[in-house]
Amino acid sequence: MSALQDKYKQLIDAANAAGISNLQVSEQGNVLHISGNAPTGAAKDQLWEIYGKIDPDYRAGDLILDIDVAASAGTKAKVTTDSTALNIRKGPGTDQPIVGKAAHGEIVTLQNKTNEQWWLIKTDSGVEGYAYAQYLSPQ
Amino acid sequence: MKLSKILLALFLTAAVSFIGCKPKDSTIQKNIADKFAATPECAGATATVFDGVATLTGQVKDDMCKNTAETTAKNVKGVKSVVNDLTVTPPPPPPAAPTVSPDTALSQGVTDATKDFPTVKATVNNGEITLTGTIKRKDLTTLMQSLNSLHPAKINNQLTIK
Repeated sequence: MSALQDKYKQLIDAANAAGISNLQVSEQGNVLHISGNAPTGAAKDQLWEIYGKIDPDYRAGDLILDIDVAASAGTKAKVTTDSTALNIRKGPGTDQPIVGKAAHGEIVTLQNKTNEQWWLIKTDSGVEGYAYAQYLSPQ
Repeated sequence: MKLSKILLALFLTAAVSFIGCKPKDSTIQKNIADKFAATPECAGATATVFDGVATLTGQVKDDMCKNTAETTAKNVKGVKSVVNDLTVTPPPPPPAAPTVSPDTALSQGVTDATKDFPTVKATVNNGEITLTGTIKRKDLTTLMQSLNSLHPAKINNQLTIK
């Protein structure tokens, strides 16, 4: 086992235990890459909590933790912004015009995952568009 | 006459008990199985015993485990010899190299990820994201989660955390 895998062993073990699918652990240029799909948002949060314990300021620059949360079309997701409303945009990018907003704490419906960053969502009031996935947690 | 009968009886008893000292194949087999169960390296190995000869079959993790299983079996009372037919699990293929996004895609992603954090400056070069400026501690994980999902080669975090 490499030194990096040893350093982040607790994280790798937790990823295995949490049932992360397509779990991949590889190294390139002294950076450990851990990627996979978490069954729930809680599983992803748990892994980030462990990462935060090993490297509280994320300063070492030796790990890329790329954990996506599995969510299929029709899944309900909660808007988890800090406090503000979440912009819903015409296309996947912050350069795209805003077509609506979803309030903090509102439940929206996932239409599809365009990529890991942008999800196409629909609000209960019928607004459809792209929202930044970091602020959505599948229920 | 009586004495010789007694002697014969004694001899027979001794002979029977002597034969009784030699464990039966089934007993040896069970003893080996117990030893294997108690030795993690031997996981996957099973032994069959015939006339004191233990034949090991199954698949174990590596060559060391294969040897450990053989030694373990040899040390069991009654085993005359060991035929080691264990196979070793081939090593898994090395993991594929991580995919790193091209700088153009990374730059776009970084712009989106840092939009809500105007005090954060981010540059992208050769797959590496370098962060400077300041951020509130409560926002740090949110920003890092967004950036980590962009498939960068590395993130150099030089942010001042407030």
